[in-house]
Amino acid sequence: MSAPKGKSDSARAIGLEVSLAIAEAVKLAEAEVVAAYPITPQTHIVEHLSELVANGELTAEYVPVESEQSAMSACIGAAAAGARTFTSTSSQGLLLMAEMLYIASILRLPIVMAMVNRAISGPINIWNDHSDAMSVRDCGWIQVFAETGQEAVDLTIMSFRIAEDPGVLLPLIVNLDGFTLSHFIEPVILPEAAEVRRFLPPYETAHKLDIQNPLSLGALGGPEIYTEARRALDLALTGAKPRIQRVFDDFAKVFGRQYKLVETYRTEGAETILVTMGSISETAMTAVDEMREAGQKVGLVRLRLWRPFPVEEFRAAVAGAKNLAVIDRAMILGFPEGPVATEIRALLYHEKNRPHMTNFILGLGGRDVPRSHFKHIVERVRELGASGRQGRYELVGVLE
Amino acid sequence: MIEVRFHGRGGQGAVTSAELMARAAIGGGKYAQAFPSFGPERRGAPVTAFLRISETPIKVREKVYAPDVVVVLDPSIMNVTKVDAGLKDGGVLVINSAKPAAELRKSFGFKQKMATIDALRIALEELEAPITNTVMMGALSKVAQVATPEQVRGPLEERFGPGLAPKNLRAFERAYEAAKAEG
Repeated sequence: MSAPKGKSDSARAIGLEVSLAIAEAVKLAEAEVVAAYPITPQTHIVEHLSELVANGELTAEYVPVESEQSAMSACIGAAAAGARTFTSTSSQGLLLMAEMLYIASILRLPIVMAMVNRAISGPINIWNDHSDAMSVRDCGWIQVFAETGQEAVDLTIMSFRIAEDPGVLLPLIVNLDGFTLSHFIEPVILPEAAEVRRFLPPYETAHKLDIQNPLSLGALGGPEIYTEARRALDLALTGAKPRIQRVFDDFAKVFGRQYKLVETYRTEGAETILVTMGSISETAMTAVDEMREAGQKVGLVRLRLWRPFPVEEFRAAVAGAKNLAVIDRAMILGFPEGPVATEIRALLYHEKNRPHMTNFILGLGGRDVPRSHFKHIVERVRELGASGRQGRYELVGVLE
Repeated sequence: MIEVRFHGRGGQGAVTSAELMARAAIGGGKYAQAFPSFGPERRGAPVTAFLRISETPIKVREKVYAPDVVVVLDPSIMNVTKVDAGLKDGGVLVINSAKPAAELRKSFGFKQKMATIDALRIALEELEAPITNTVMMGALSKVAQVATPEQVRGPLEERFGPGLAPKNLRAFERAYEAAKAEG
Protein backbone atom coordinates (compact mmCIF):
# COMPACT_ATOMS: atom_id res chain seq x y z
CA MET A 1 0.00 0.00 0.00
CA SER A 2 1.50 3.33 -0.91
CA ALA A 3 -0.57 5.46 1.45
CA PRO A 4 -0.16 5.00 5.20
CA LYS A 5 -3.20 3.78 7.04
CA GLY A 6 -5.21 6.72 8.41
CA LYS A 7 -7.04 6.82 11.72
CA SER A 8 -10.38 6.51 9.98
CA ASP A 9 -9.22 3.18 8.58
CA SER A 10 -8.19 1.94 11.99
CA ALA A 11 -11.69 2.73 13.26
CA ARG A 12 -13.22 0.43 10.65
CA ALA A 13 -10.59 -2.29 10.98
CA ILE A 14 -11.32 -5.50 12.85
CA GLY A 15 -8.80 -7.94 14.30
CA LEU A 16 -8.93 -11.05 12.17
CA GLU A 17 -6.69 -13.97 11.25
CA VAL A 18 -5.53 -13.27 7.70
CA SER A 19 -6.63 -16.72 6.45
CA LEU A 20 -10.18 -16.07 7.60
CA ALA A 21 -10.08 -12.60 6.05
CA ILE A 22 -9.21 -14.13 2.68
CA ALA A 23 -12.15 -16.53 2.96
CA GLU A 24 -14.35 -13.52 3.74
CA ALA A 25 -12.97 -11.77 0.65
CA VAL A 26 -13.91 -14.79 -1.48
CA LYS A 27 -17.39 -14.56 0.02
CA LEU A 28 -17.56 -10.85 -0.84
CA ALA A 29 -16.46 -11.72 -4.39
CA GLU A 30 -19.39 -14.16 -4.55
CA ALA A 31 -17.35 -17.08 -5.89
CA GLU A 32 -19.66 -19.71 -7.35
CA VAL A 33 -17.41 -22.77 -7.10
CA VAL A 34 -14.71 -23.62 -4.57
CA ALA A 35 -12.80 -26.86 -5.03
CA ALA A 36 -9.94 -27.46 -2.63
CA TYR A 37 -8.02 -30.00 -0.61
CA PRO A 38 -6.70 -28.93 2.80
CA ILE A 39 -2.96 -28.63 3.43
CA THR A 40 -1.01 -26.73 6.08
CA PRO A 41 -0.76 -23.69 6.15
CA GLN A 42 -3.60 -23.10 3.69
CA THR A 43 -6.13 -25.06 5.79
CA HIS A 44 -7.88 -22.21 7.60
CA ILE A 45 -8.86 -20.55 4.31
CA VAL A 46 -10.69 -23.57 2.92
CA GLU A 47 -12.09 -24.62 6.31
CA HIS A 48 -13.67 -21.21 6.71
CA LEU A 49 -14.97 -21.25 3.14
CA SER A 50 -16.60 -24.64 3.69
CA GLU A 51 -18.25 -23.20 6.83
CA LEU A 52 -19.48 -20.15 4.91
CA VAL A 53 -20.99 -22.40 2.25
CA ALA A 54 -22.44 -24.85 4.78
CA ASN A 55 -24.16 -22.14 6.81
CA GLY A 56 -25.54 -20.42 3.72
CA GLU A 57 -23.47 -17.22 3.90
CA LEU A 58 -21.90 -18.00 0.53
CA THR A 59 -24.06 -19.49 -2.19
CA ALA A 60 -21.46 -21.64 -3.92
CA GLU A 61 -20.73 -25.20 -4.84
CA TYR A 62 -18.03 -26.44 -2.45
CA VAL A 63 -16.32 -29.49 -3.96
CA PRO A 64 -14.39 -31.46 -1.31
CA VAL A 65 -12.08 -33.29 -3.68
CA GLU A 66 -9.68 -36.15 -2.89
CA SER A 67 -6.46 -34.46 -4.08
CA GLU A 68 -5.07 -31.19 -5.36
CA GLN A 69 -4.85 -32.61 -8.87
CA SER A 70 -8.60 -33.13 -8.66
CA ALA A 71 -9.10 -29.70 -7.07
CA MET A 72 -7.57 -27.95 -10.07
CA SER A 73 -9.37 -30.29 -12.47
CA ALA A 74 -12.69 -29.41 -10.84
CA CYS A 75 -11.80 -25.70 -10.99
CA ILE A 76 -11.00 -26.03 -14.69
CA GLY A 77 -14.34 -27.71 -15.32
CA ALA A 78 -16.24 -25.10 -13.31
CA ALA A 79 -14.48 -22.14 -14.93
CA ALA A 80 -14.97 -23.71 -18.37
CA ALA A 81 -18.71 -23.75 -17.62
CA GLY A 82 -18.53 -20.02 -16.85
CA ALA A 83 -18.45 -20.08 -13.03
CA ARG A 84 -16.43 -17.74 -10.82
CA THR A 85 -13.98 -20.23 -9.32
CA PHE A 86 -11.58 -20.20 -6.35
CA THR A 87 -9.09 -22.60 -4.84
CA SER A 88 -6.12 -22.51 -2.52
CA THR A 89 -3.08 -24.68 -1.83
CA SER A 90 0.50 -24.81 -0.56
CA SER A 91 3.78 -26.57 -1.24
CA GLN A 92 3.33 -30.34 -1.80
CA GLY A 93 -0.30 -29.74 -2.69
CA LEU A 94 0.80 -27.36 -5.40
CA LEU A 95 3.20 -29.96 -6.77
CA LEU A 96 0.37 -32.46 -7.02
CA MET A 97 -1.74 -29.79 -8.75
CA ALA A 98 1.05 -28.55 -11.03
CA GLU A 99 0.13 -30.60 -14.08
CA MET A 100 -3.28 -28.94 -14.29
CA LEU A 101 -2.04 -25.37 -13.74
CA TYR A 102 -0.60 -25.33 -17.24
CA ILE A 103 -3.93 -26.48 -18.66
CA ALA A 104 -5.87 -23.71 -16.87
CA SER A 105 -3.69 -21.01 -18.40
CA ILE A 106 -3.70 -22.28 -22.00
CA LEU A 107 -7.50 -22.64 -21.77
CA ARG A 108 -7.58 -18.99 -20.58
CA LEU A 109 -9.77 -19.78 -17.57
CA PRO A 110 -9.96 -17.00 -14.94
CA ILE A 111 -9.49 -19.19 -11.84
CA VAL A 112 -8.23 -17.41 -8.71
CA MET A 113 -5.96 -19.29 -6.31
CA ALA A 114 -4.52 -18.24 -2.96
CA MET A 115 -1.12 -19.89 -2.63
CA VAL A 116 -0.10 -19.90 1.02
CA ASN A 117 3.63 -20.11 0.48
CA ARG A 118 5.38 -22.98 2.21
CA ALA A 119 8.73 -24.67 1.66
CA ILE A 120 8.83 -27.71 -0.54
CA SER A 121 10.02 -30.82 1.30
CA GLY A 122 12.61 -32.22 1.99
CA PRO A 123 13.49 -32.27 4.59
CA ILE A 124 9.79 -32.31 5.48
CA ASN A 125 8.89 -28.77 6.43
CA ILE A 126 5.55 -26.98 6.80
CA TRP A 127 6.94 -23.45 7.22
CA ASN A 128 7.25 -20.46 4.95
CA ASP A 129 9.46 -19.70 2.00
CA HIS A 130 8.88 -19.18 -1.72
CA SER A 131 10.10 -22.49 -3.13
CA ASP A 132 6.54 -23.55 -3.97
CA ALA A 133 5.75 -20.36 -5.90
CA MET A 134 9.04 -20.52 -7.78
CA SER A 135 8.44 -24.13 -8.83
CA VAL A 136 5.48 -23.00 -10.99
CA ARG A 137 6.97 -19.73 -12.17
CA ASP A 138 6.37 -20.61 -15.82
CA CYS A 139 2.83 -22.00 -15.57
CA GLY A 140 1.32 -19.03 -17.44
CA TRP A 141 -0.73 -17.67 -14.52
CA ILE A 142 -0.66 -14.05 -13.39
CA GLN A 143 1.18 -14.09 -10.05
CA VAL A 144 1.15 -11.45 -7.32
CA PHE A 145 2.62 -11.36 -3.80
CA ALA A 146 0.78 -9.88 -0.81
CA GLU A 147 2.61 -8.04 1.97
CA THR A 148 -0.14 -7.60 4.56
CA GLY A 149 -3.50 -9.05 5.52
CA GLN A 150 -5.25 -6.02 4.05
CA GLU A 151 -3.41 -6.46 0.81
CA ALA A 152 -4.25 -10.18 0.70
CA VAL A 153 -7.95 -9.28 1.05
CA ASP A 154 -7.80 -6.49 -1.52
CA LEU A 155 -5.77 -8.55 -4.00
CA THR A 156 -8.22 -11.45 -3.68
CA ILE A 157 -11.13 -9.18 -4.62
CA MET A 158 -9.17 -7.47 -7.41
CA SER A 159 -7.92 -10.81 -8.73
CA PHE A 160 -11.34 -11.90 -9.93
CA ARG A 161 -11.77 -8.61 -11.76
CA ILE A 162 -8.31 -8.88 -13.36
CA ALA A 163 -8.64 -12.56 -14.30
CA GLU A 164 -12.14 -12.10 -15.75
CA ASP A 165 -11.25 -8.94 -17.72
CA PRO A 166 -12.17 -9.90 -21.33
CA GLY A 167 -8.80 -8.46 -22.37
CA VAL A 168 -7.00 -10.73 -19.90
CA LEU A 169 -8.85 -14.03 -19.30
CA LEU A 170 -6.06 -15.70 -17.39
CA PRO A 171 -5.88 -17.56 -14.08
CA LEU A 172 -4.25 -15.74 -11.20
CA ILE A 173 -2.27 -16.76 -8.10
CA VAL A 174 -2.28 -14.56 -5.00
CA ASN A 175 0.84 -15.55 -3.06
CA LEU A 176 0.88 -14.96 0.67
CA ASP A 177 3.47 -16.13 3.16
CA GLY A 178 2.44 -19.15 5.21
CA PHE A 179 2.14 -18.45 8.95
CA THR A 180 4.03 -15.13 8.94
CA LEU A 181 1.09 -13.69 7.04
CA SER A 182 -1.64 -16.35 6.89
CA HIS A 183 -1.76 -17.00 10.65
CA PHE A 184 -1.31 -13.43 11.91
CA ILE A 185 -4.19 -11.73 13.69
CA GLU A 186 -4.00 -8.12 12.52
CA PRO A 187 -6.24 -5.17 11.59
CA VAL A 188 -8.18 -5.82 8.41
CA ILE A 189 -10.87 -3.72 6.76
CA LEU A 190 -13.45 -5.91 5.04
CA PRO A 191 -15.04 -3.86 2.24
CA GLU A 192 -18.82 -3.36 2.12
CA ALA A 193 -20.59 -6.11 0.16
CA ALA A 194 -22.55 -3.61 -1.97
CA GLU A 195 -19.36 -1.76 -2.94
CA VAL A 196 -17.63 -5.01 -3.85
CA ARG A 197 -20.61 -5.99 -6.00
CA ARG A 198 -20.37 -2.68 -7.89
CA PHE A 199 -16.62 -3.06 -8.32
CA LEU A 200 -16.90 -6.73 -9.30
CA PRO A 201 -20.08 -7.48 -11.24
CA PRO A 202 -21.11 -11.13 -11.81
CA TYR A 203 -18.86 -13.03 -14.21
CA GLU A 204 -20.38 -13.16 -17.69
CA THR A 205 -18.54 -14.72 -20.61
CA ALA A 206 -19.18 -16.13 -24.06
CA HIS A 207 -15.96 -18.15 -23.61
CA LYS A 208 -17.56 -21.18 -21.94
CA LEU A 209 -18.93 -24.64 -22.50
CA ASP A 210 -22.57 -24.28 -23.44
CA ILE A 211 -24.69 -26.98 -25.06
CA GLN A 212 -26.63 -24.32 -26.98
CA ASN A 213 -23.40 -22.95 -28.49
CA PRO A 214 -20.97 -25.85 -28.63
CA LEU A 215 -17.24 -25.21 -28.69
CA SER A 216 -14.10 -27.23 -28.01
CA LEU A 217 -11.74 -26.46 -25.18
CA GLY A 218 -8.44 -28.26 -24.82
CA ALA A 219 -8.01 -29.60 -28.31
CA LEU A 220 -4.74 -31.20 -29.42
CA GLY A 221 -2.06 -28.68 -30.47
CA GLY A 222 0.36 -30.44 -32.75
CA PRO A 223 3.64 -29.16 -34.24
CA GLU A 224 1.66 -27.00 -36.70
CA ILE A 225 0.04 -24.91 -33.93
CA TYR A 226 1.86 -25.46 -30.59
CA THR A 227 4.41 -22.65 -31.15
CA GLU A 228 1.69 -20.15 -32.05
CA ALA A 229 -0.42 -21.23 -29.07
CA ARG A 230 2.50 -20.69 -26.67
CA ARG A 231 3.25 -17.32 -28.26
CA ALA A 232 -0.40 -16.33 -27.91
CA LEU A 233 -0.31 -17.24 -24.21
CA ASP A 234 2.89 -15.27 -23.66
CA LEU A 235 1.41 -12.24 -25.43
CA ALA A 236 -1.75 -12.52 -23.34
CA LEU A 237 0.23 -12.72 -20.10
CA THR A 238 2.61 -9.90 -21.02
CA GLY A 239 -0.28 -7.82 -22.34
CA ALA A 240 -2.17 -8.17 -19.05
CA LYS A 241 0.22 -5.81 -17.27
CA PRO A 242 -1.44 -2.43 -18.01
CA ARG A 243 -4.86 -3.94 -17.33
CA ILE A 244 -3.71 -5.12 -13.90
CA GLN A 245 -2.62 -1.58 -13.02
CA ARG A 246 -5.95 -0.27 -14.33
CA VAL A 247 -7.85 -2.58 -11.97
CA PHE A 248 -5.59 -1.44 -9.10
CA ASP A 249 -6.46 2.17 -10.01
CA ASP A 250 -10.19 1.45 -10.21
CA PHE A 251 -9.99 -0.25 -6.83
CA ALA A 252 -8.34 2.86 -5.36
CA LYS A 253 -11.20 5.02 -6.65
CA VAL A 254 -13.79 2.90 -4.84
CA PHE A 255 -11.93 1.75 -1.72
CA GLY A 256 -9.20 4.37 -1.29
CA ARG A 257 -6.25 2.00 -1.17
CA GLN A 258 -3.83 2.46 -4.08
CA TYR A 259 -1.59 -0.38 -5.21
CA LYS A 260 1.16 -0.43 -7.82
CA LEU A 261 2.87 -3.24 -9.70
CA VAL A 262 6.19 -2.26 -8.11
CA GLU A 263 6.31 -0.26 -4.89
CA THR A 264 9.16 1.95 -3.74
CA TYR A 265 9.91 2.91 -0.15
CA ARG A 266 12.32 5.76 0.67
CA THR A 267 14.27 5.26 -2.56
CA GLU A 268 14.81 9.02 -3.12
CA GLY A 269 18.57 9.49 -3.24
CA ALA A 270 19.16 5.90 -2.13
CA GLU A 271 22.60 4.55 -3.00
CA THR A 272 21.69 1.06 -1.86
CA ILE A 273 18.34 -0.54 -2.66
CA LEU A 274 16.91 -3.73 -1.19
CA VAL A 275 14.52 -5.76 -3.37
CA THR A 276 11.89 -7.92 -1.66
CA MET A 277 8.65 -9.80 -2.31
CA GLY A 278 5.95 -10.73 0.21
CA SER A 279 5.53 -10.17 3.92
CA ILE A 280 9.21 -9.61 4.81
CA SER A 281 8.78 -6.25 3.08
CA GLU A 282 7.21 -4.71 6.18
CA THR A 283 10.12 -5.76 8.39
CA ALA A 284 12.46 -4.45 5.67
CA MET A 285 10.66 -1.07 5.75
CA THR A 286 11.26 -0.73 9.47
CA ALA A 287 14.91 -1.70 8.96
CA VAL A 288 15.16 0.97 6.22
CA ASP A 289 13.61 3.55 8.58
CA GLU A 290 16.20 2.74 11.24
CA MET A 291 19.08 2.87 8.74
CA ARG A 292 17.82 6.16 7.30
CA GLU A 293 17.70 7.61 10.82
CA ALA A 294 21.35 6.62 11.16
CA GLY A 295 22.07 8.64 7.99
CA GLN A 296 22.41 5.74 5.55
CA LYS A 297 21.13 6.24 2.00
CA VAL A 298 19.03 3.08 1.83
CA GLY A 299 15.72 2.36 0.11
CA LEU A 300 13.44 -0.56 -0.65
CA VAL A 301 11.75 -1.80 -3.82
CA ARG A 302 8.99 -4.38 -3.47
CA LEU A 303 7.72 -6.49 -6.33
CA ARG A 304 3.97 -6.95 -6.03
CA LEU A 305 3.53 -8.33 -9.55
CA TRP A 306 5.77 -11.30 -10.31
CA ARG A 307 4.14 -12.56 -13.53
CA PRO A 308 4.05 -10.86 -15.95
CA PHE A 309 7.31 -9.35 -14.71
CA PRO A 310 6.91 -5.54 -14.52
CA VAL A 311 10.08 -4.87 -16.52
CA GLU A 312 9.76 -1.12 -17.14
CA GLU A 313 8.37 -0.33 -13.69
CA PHE A 314 11.19 -2.24 -12.02
CA ARG A 315 13.90 -0.55 -14.11
CA ALA A 316 12.48 2.85 -13.21
CA ALA A 317 12.25 1.95 -9.52
CA VAL A 318 15.93 1.00 -9.16
CA ALA A 319 17.36 3.63 -11.55
CA GLY A 320 20.25 5.50 -10.02
CA ALA A 321 21.12 2.96 -7.33
CA LYS A 322 24.80 2.09 -6.84
CA ASN A 323 24.14 -1.20 -5.07
CA LEU A 324 21.24 -3.61 -5.41
CA ALA A 325 20.62 -6.31 -2.82
CA VAL A 326 18.10 -8.72 -4.30
CA ILE A 327 16.51 -11.04 -1.77
CA ASP A 328 15.29 -14.53 -2.57
CA ARG A 329 13.25 -16.89 -0.40
CA ALA A 330 14.19 -19.91 -2.52
CA MET A 331 17.26 -21.43 -4.15
CA ILE A 332 17.95 -22.60 -7.65
CA LEU A 333 19.91 -25.76 -6.90
CA GLY A 334 22.96 -25.95 -9.12
CA PHE A 335 22.92 -22.27 -10.14
CA PRO A 336 24.86 -19.39 -8.54
CA GLU A 337 21.80 -17.22 -7.70
CA GLY A 338 18.16 -17.53 -6.66
CA PRO A 339 15.20 -17.11 -9.02
CA VAL A 340 14.37 -13.43 -8.42
CA ALA A 341 18.01 -12.36 -8.62
CA THR A 342 18.61 -14.37 -11.79
CA GLU A 343 15.80 -12.55 -13.56
CA ILE A 344 16.80 -9.12 -12.32
CA ARG A 345 20.42 -9.65 -13.33
CA ALA A 346 19.23 -10.66 -16.81
CA LEU A 347 17.11 -7.49 -17.05
CA LEU A 348 19.98 -5.27 -15.97
CA TYR A 349 22.39 -6.75 -18.50
CA HIS A 350 21.26 -4.25 -21.11
CA GLU A 351 21.54 -1.20 -18.85
CA LYS A 352 24.35 1.24 -19.60
CA ASN A 353 24.99 2.02 -15.94
CA ARG A 354 24.53 -1.22 -14.15
CA PRO A 355 24.53 -1.14 -10.35
CA HIS A 356 26.55 -3.63 -8.37
CA MET A 357 24.19 -6.48 -7.48
CA THR A 358 24.37 -9.30 -4.95
CA ASN A 359 21.78 -11.96 -4.22
CA PHE A 360 20.92 -12.73 -0.60
CA ILE A 361 18.91 -15.82 0.26
CA LEU A 362 17.14 -15.96 3.61
CA GLY A 363 14.05 -17.10 5.47
CA LEU A 364 14.10 -20.66 4.12
CA GLY A 365 11.72 -23.19 5.64
CA GLY A 366 10.38 -20.74 8.22
CA ARG A 367 13.72 -19.35 9.53
CA ASP A 368 12.76 -16.00 11.08
CA VAL A 369 13.69 -12.83 9.17
CA PRO A 370 14.52 -10.11 11.70
CA ARG A 371 15.40 -6.47 10.95
CA SER A 372 19.07 -7.22 11.66
CA HIS A 373 19.24 -9.35 8.50
CA PHE A 374 18.53 -6.33 6.32
CA LYS A 375 21.14 -4.24 8.10
CA HIS A 376 23.71 -6.97 7.56
CA ILE A 377 22.72 -7.19 3.89
CA VAL A 378 23.11 -3.45 3.32
CA GLU A 379 26.55 -3.47 4.93
CA ARG A 380 27.62 -6.49 2.93
CA VAL A 381 26.36 -5.31 -0.48
CA ARG A 382 28.14 -1.98 0.02
CA GLU A 383 31.35 -3.78 0.87
CA LEU A 384 31.07 -6.05 -2.18
CA GLY A 385 30.11 -3.09 -4.39
CA ALA A 386 33.10 -1.05 -3.24
CA SER A 387 35.49 -3.94 -3.80
CA GLY A 388 34.03 -4.72 -7.21
CA ARG A 389 33.81 -8.39 -6.25
CA GLN A 390 31.05 -10.47 -7.74
CA GLY A 391 30.35 -13.79 -6.16
CA ARG A 392 27.49 -16.23 -5.90
CA TYR A 393 24.47 -15.91 -3.58
CA GLU A 394 25.05 -15.29 0.10
CA LEU A 395 22.94 -17.07 2.71
CA VAL A 396 21.87 -14.81 5.58
CA GLY A 397 21.45 -16.29 9.05
CA VAL A 398 22.93 -19.66 8.10
CA LEU A 399 24.44 -21.75 10.90
CA GLU A 400 27.97 -22.90 10.10
CA MET B 1 4.69 -0.10 20.97
CA ILE B 2 4.34 -2.79 23.62
CA GLU B 3 5.71 -6.25 22.81
CA VAL B 4 4.54 -9.28 24.77
CA ARG B 5 5.66 -12.90 24.80
CA PHE B 6 3.42 -15.63 26.22
CA HIS B 7 4.70 -18.95 27.57
CA GLY B 8 2.30 -21.81 28.10
CA ARG B 9 1.69 -25.41 27.20
CA GLY B 10 -0.31 -26.65 24.23
CA GLY B 11 -4.02 -26.55 25.16
CA GLN B 12 -3.72 -23.87 27.87
CA GLY B 13 -4.70 -21.02 25.60
CA ALA B 14 -1.51 -18.99 25.21
CA VAL B 15 -2.25 -18.50 21.52
CA THR B 16 -5.89 -17.62 22.25
CA SER B 17 -4.75 -15.08 24.86
CA ALA B 18 -2.52 -13.29 22.37
CA GLU B 19 -5.27 -13.35 19.74
CA LEU B 20 -7.99 -12.02 22.07
CA MET B 21 -5.72 -9.26 23.37
CA ALA B 22 -4.94 -8.19 19.80
CA ARG B 23 -8.61 -8.19 18.87
CA ALA B 24 -9.50 -6.16 21.96
CA ALA B 25 -6.79 -3.61 21.13
CA ILE B 26 -7.84 -3.32 17.49
CA GLY B 27 -11.48 -3.02 18.57
CA GLY B 28 -10.34 -0.17 20.82
CA GLY B 29 -8.87 1.70 17.83
CA LYS B 30 -5.24 0.67 18.30
CA TYR B 31 -2.99 -1.34 16.00
CA ALA B 32 -2.07 -4.85 17.09
CA GLN B 33 -0.83 -8.19 15.85
CA ALA B 34 -0.76 -11.65 17.43
CA PHE B 35 0.87 -14.82 16.24
CA PRO B 36 1.99 -18.15 17.63
CA SER B 37 5.44 -19.64 17.40
CA PHE B 38 4.32 -21.93 14.63
CA GLY B 39 4.75 -25.65 14.72
CA PRO B 40 2.86 -28.92 14.84
CA GLU B 41 0.39 -28.49 17.69
CA ARG B 42 0.83 -30.88 20.59
CA ARG B 43 -1.14 -30.76 23.81
CA GLY B 44 1.19 -30.25 26.76
CA ALA B 45 4.26 -29.18 24.81
CA PRO B 46 5.78 -25.76 25.57
CA VAL B 47 4.13 -23.09 23.39
CA THR B 48 5.12 -19.50 22.73
CA ALA B 49 2.87 -16.76 21.38
CA PHE B 50 3.58 -13.15 20.55
CA LEU B 51 1.60 -9.90 20.76
CA ARG B 52 2.34 -6.35 19.67
CA ILE B 53 0.10 -3.37 20.49
CA SER B 54 0.82 0.10 19.15
CA GLU B 55 -0.69 3.54 18.62
CA THR B 56 0.77 3.57 15.09
CA PRO B 57 0.76 0.95 12.30
CA ILE B 58 3.03 -2.02 13.04
CA LYS B 59 5.47 -2.71 10.22
CA VAL B 60 7.42 -5.68 11.48
CA ARG B 61 6.79 -9.44 11.34
CA GLU B 62 9.85 -10.78 13.12
CA LYS B 63 9.40 -12.71 16.37
CA VAL B 64 9.46 -10.71 19.59
CA TYR B 65 13.09 -10.85 20.75
CA ALA B 66 13.09 -8.08 23.39
CA PRO B 67 9.64 -8.13 25.05
CA ASP B 68 8.32 -5.43 27.36
CA VAL B 69 6.15 -8.03 29.08
CA VAL B 70 6.44 -11.79 29.49
CA VAL B 71 3.33 -13.73 30.51
CA VAL B 72 3.80 -17.20 32.02
CA LEU B 73 0.61 -19.24 31.95
CA ASP B 74 2.10 -22.40 33.39
CA PRO B 75 4.62 -22.14 36.25
CA SER B 76 6.25 -25.46 35.31
CA ILE B 77 7.52 -23.82 32.10
CA MET B 78 10.01 -21.86 34.18
CA ASN B 79 11.89 -25.09 34.93
CA VAL B 80 12.48 -25.83 31.24
CA THR B 81 12.54 -22.40 29.56
CA LYS B 82 14.40 -19.22 30.43
CA VAL B 83 11.22 -17.14 30.38
CA ASP B 84 12.99 -13.80 31.00
CA ALA B 85 15.26 -14.20 27.94
CA GLY B 86 15.56 -10.87 26.16
CA LEU B 87 13.15 -9.12 28.56
CA LYS B 88 13.84 -5.38 28.59
CA ASP B 89 15.43 -3.91 31.73
CA GLY B 90 12.28 -1.91 32.43
CA GLY B 91 10.08 -4.87 31.53
CA VAL B 92 7.79 -6.97 33.69
CA LEU B 93 7.08 -10.67 34.21
CA VAL B 94 3.44 -11.63 34.76
CA ILE B 95 3.44 -15.12 36.25
CA ASN B 96 0.73 -17.58 37.17
CA SER B 97 1.93 -18.81 40.54
CA ALA B 98 0.65 -19.17 44.08
CA LYS B 99 4.15 -18.38 45.31
CA PRO B 100 5.20 -14.84 46.22
CA ALA B 101 7.33 -12.91 43.73
CA ALA B 102 10.33 -12.86 46.06
CA GLU B 103 10.48 -16.65 46.16
CA LEU B 104 10.39 -16.96 42.35
CA ARG B 105 12.97 -14.23 42.05
CA LYS B 106 15.27 -16.24 44.31
CA SER B 107 14.68 -19.51 42.45
CA PHE B 108 15.04 -18.20 38.89
CA GLY B 109 17.12 -15.03 39.28
CA PHE B 110 14.54 -12.70 37.72
CA LYS B 111 15.80 -9.09 37.73
CA GLN B 112 12.87 -7.15 36.30
CA LYS B 113 9.57 -6.15 37.87
CA MET B 114 7.19 -9.01 38.61
CA ALA B 115 3.48 -9.57 39.10
CA THR B 116 2.38 -12.95 40.38
CA ILE B 117 -1.20 -14.11 40.51
CA ASP B 118 -2.75 -17.39 41.62
CA ALA B 119 -4.51 -17.82 38.30
CA LEU B 120 -5.18 -21.50 38.86
CA ARG B 121 -7.29 -20.77 41.96
CA ILE B 122 -9.26 -18.02 40.20
CA ALA B 123 -9.80 -20.25 37.14
CA LEU B 124 -11.02 -23.15 39.29
CA GLU B 125 -13.38 -20.85 41.20
CA GLU B 126 -14.78 -18.92 38.22
CA LEU B 127 -14.52 -21.38 35.32
CA GLU B 128 -14.47 -24.65 37.25
CA ALA B 129 -11.61 -25.67 34.96
CA PRO B 130 -7.82 -25.29 35.23
CA ILE B 131 -7.64 -23.00 32.18
CA THR B 132 -5.80 -19.87 33.16
CA ASN B 133 -5.60 -17.84 29.97
CA THR B 134 -8.39 -15.31 30.55
CA VAL B 135 -7.17 -14.79 34.13
CA MET B 136 -3.69 -14.05 32.83
CA MET B 137 -5.14 -11.69 30.21
CA GLY B 138 -6.66 -9.72 33.10
CA ALA B 139 -3.35 -9.54 34.93
CA LEU B 140 -1.50 -8.53 31.75
CA SER B 141 -4.09 -5.88 30.91
CA LYS B 142 -3.76 -4.26 34.31
CA VAL B 143 0.02 -4.45 34.63
CA ALA B 144 0.79 -3.29 31.07
CA GLN B 145 -2.25 -0.99 30.76
CA VAL B 146 -3.16 -2.49 27.40
CA ALA B 147 -6.91 -3.20 27.74
CA THR B 148 -9.86 -2.67 30.06
CA PRO B 149 -12.54 -5.25 30.94
CA GLU B 150 -14.93 -3.27 28.74
CA GLN B 151 -12.61 -3.66 25.72
CA VAL B 152 -12.20 -7.43 26.11
CA ARG B 153 -15.92 -8.10 26.60
CA GLY B 154 -16.63 -8.25 22.84
CA PRO B 155 -13.76 -10.59 21.92
CA LEU B 156 -14.57 -12.84 24.92
CA GLU B 157 -18.25 -13.03 23.95
CA GLU B 158 -17.36 -13.90 20.35
CA ARG B 159 -14.88 -16.52 21.42
CA PHE B 160 -16.71 -18.22 24.31
CA GLY B 161 -20.40 -17.64 23.54
CA PRO B 162 -23.19 -16.64 25.96
CA GLY B 163 -22.60 -19.61 28.31
CA LEU B 164 -18.91 -19.21 29.06
CA ALA B 165 -18.20 -15.56 28.22
CA PRO B 166 -19.59 -14.07 31.51
CA LYS B 167 -17.52 -16.53 33.58
CA ASN B 168 -14.40 -15.67 31.59
CA LEU B 169 -15.09 -11.98 31.96
CA ARG B 170 -15.39 -12.42 35.74
CA ALA B 171 -12.11 -14.33 35.79
CA PHE B 172 -10.53 -11.50 33.77
CA GLU B 173 -11.92 -8.84 36.11
CA ARG B 174 -10.73 -10.56 39.28
CA ALA B 175 -7.18 -10.68 37.95
CA TYR B 176 -7.48 -7.13 36.62
CA GLU B 177 -8.36 -5.91 40.11
CA ALA B 178 -5.77 -7.98 41.94
CA ALA B 179 -2.68 -7.77 39.72
CA LYS B 180 0.12 -5.45 40.77
CA ALA B 181 3.71 -5.23 39.57
CA GLU B 182 6.41 -5.02 42.22
CA GLY B 183 10.16 -4.91 42.49
